[in-house]
Amino acid sequence: MKNYTPPNQGMFGQIFDTILVLVLVYVSLMVPLLFKAAAKAEDAATVAAAAVKASWESLGQNAVQQAQWVKLGYDPEKAATLINSRFDYTIDPIMLLITIAVVGGYFWFMLKVSDQEYREVIREKFDNK
Amino acid sequence: MAGEKIMGSSNKPIAMLKVLNPFHIWALGVGIVLVGEFMGWNFTVGKGGAYASLIACWVIGLLYTCVAMIDSEVTSTVAAAGGQYTQAKHIIGPLMAFNVGLYLVMAYTMLCAADALVVGDLMKSGAEVMGYANLDTKPFVVLTVAFLAWLNYRGVFATLTLNLVITFLAFSSLIILFFAVDPLHQGVVLQHQALLTDLPYGWIGVVAALQFGMWYYLGIEGTCQAAEEVRSAGRSIPLGTMGGMMTLLVAATISWFVATGLMPWQYLGQAVTPMYDAATLLGSSQLQLMLFIATAFAAIASANGCINDASRAWFSLARDRYMPVFFGAIHPKYRTPYRSVLFLVPIAVSFAFTGLLDQVITFSILSGLLGYTFMTFNMIKFRKMWPLGSIHRGYIHPFHPIPAITLLTLCCATYFATFLGYGASLLSIMAFYIFSSIWFVLRRYKYVKRADQFTMPWPRPKGY
Repeated sequence: MKNYTPPNQGMFGQIFDTILVLVLVYVSLMVPLLFKAAAKAEDAATVAAAAVKASWESLGQNAVQQAQWVKLGYDPEKAATLINSRFDYTIDPIMLLITIAVVGGYFWFMLKVSDQEYREVIREKFDNK
Repeated sequence: MAGEKIMGSSNKPIAMLKVLNPFHIWALGVGIVLVGEFMGWNFTVGKGGAYASLIACWVIGLLYTCVAMIDSEVTSTVAAAGGQYTQAKHIIGPLMAFNVGLYLVMAYTMLCAADALVVGDLMKSGAEVMGYANLDTKPFVVLTVAFLAWLNYRGVFATLTLNLVITFLAFSSLIILFFAVDPLHQGVVLQHQALLTDLPYGWIGVVAALQFGMWYYLGIEGTCQAAEEVRSAGRSIPLGTMGGMMTLLVAATISWFVATGLMPWQYLGQAVTPMYDAATLLGSSQLQLMLFIATAFAAIASANGCINDASRAWFSLARDRYMPVFFGAIHPKYRTPYRSVLFLVPIAVSFAFTGLLDQVITFSILSGLLGYTFMTFNMIKFRKMWPLGSIHRGYIHPFHPIPAITLLTLCCATYFATFLGYGASLLSIMAFYIFSSIWFVLRRYKYVKRADQFTMPWPRPKGY
């Protein structure tokens, strides 16, 4: 069987392919911002409200912690923004299942297609000498 | 480059120079990662508290020990530029190789962008101390990337020798800082008893901390990108990589020990330059200056190694026509993949200018994590297709398949950790790799010469 001879790609095609990959990267960097922007604004408002009239005692900071905050240039109101800002680890089971399916499906697809392509590579390499 | 090799005057294809030794490999690996001990590791504290950060340091240390063991065996056998990309091409297949190449390019280019941002922010902090407020960081970002790209363009030996020097100096500064805080006498300088708290989020916070725990070591596997440029790959890569892991475990433990003994966890969990802050808290201007320079050195060494590795991965993709062949050229005089080096300069700068530091970092971490997941399949298949004794291996890692199984388990835990707090980013980045894979299958693969994808002098793999 004759080895596969690929076509040569022109300069325009090379530029197009390079730009396409870059566009995909930028889109994937920007998309999560659409989900995060609203949630962040809401969180910031809650934290800012809690920071008003905060004291070291109300923030649960002991004497050593207070001293270190002061050395770092923070007063209770400024520190409250950091102390009250917390992650929410509530798990959405539907989103978790979607994520597992996406990551698992991606690797399944990749291994399956790669195996087909690899058999073609090995056939040409070892059978068509 | 397949079919379009760059030829020298004697009509022989131009190859990269074999000039590196195990110390350069150590410098490449540790150089990329050490910035993670100066900043970034502390986001683990934010996700789960100080103890969660320490547990993440050890658990992810185990993950990377598995990575180093597996990588050393395969790289000492497949000694070619592109590292894991070339391994995937020979063991799994073209689509996997294309994806692995992209993981490498994205992980290192994004990391380079983050490093340049750190240099800019550090300059701004330094200027503020000296009375110049609101310094524009952008020129420093551009200058850092452009200068390092110029070094990489001129030659790998000078590039990695610079890394060796500045990485060693940065690592030494952590040792000096450790002794400066009087580590044997609690309560004199360090205040662990008063500052360490219980787990603020419980054990789920410990799992969540695994995500940024990768910052302690992210990039150590980049050592195998230099496989085509070391004098003895079978000796240098395992030595440099394992030595690098030991160095990083020491540095990570020191960073955690010093910083958690000086700062409340809520501050530490979001600090941009925690080790510089630690030196500032000690009240010594010499230590402050030393940590300022060391943080800058660590970020520069990391960006330098990232340009080196990302350009080799992009070059390898292009040489095999997975990406446009234009980028698969080697400089006739300097023997570097110069077009790839130059191409990545504006890309890294533009990523830095987006200002999306957490997105950029998450992209880098996830690309690395996808690459480690690939290594588990790769190792299992490698031993199955070419059992021990069937081909020459420069290094054989012990206890197979335990490291591969452990690695896969820890990768799954880290995906879950990323889901906790960064689920949207995880799906978005997966979408990028899925669309890129479909694009490769439907459009790019037709330009690939099939038989050229297997270049090792090995017998036919078992089962094929």
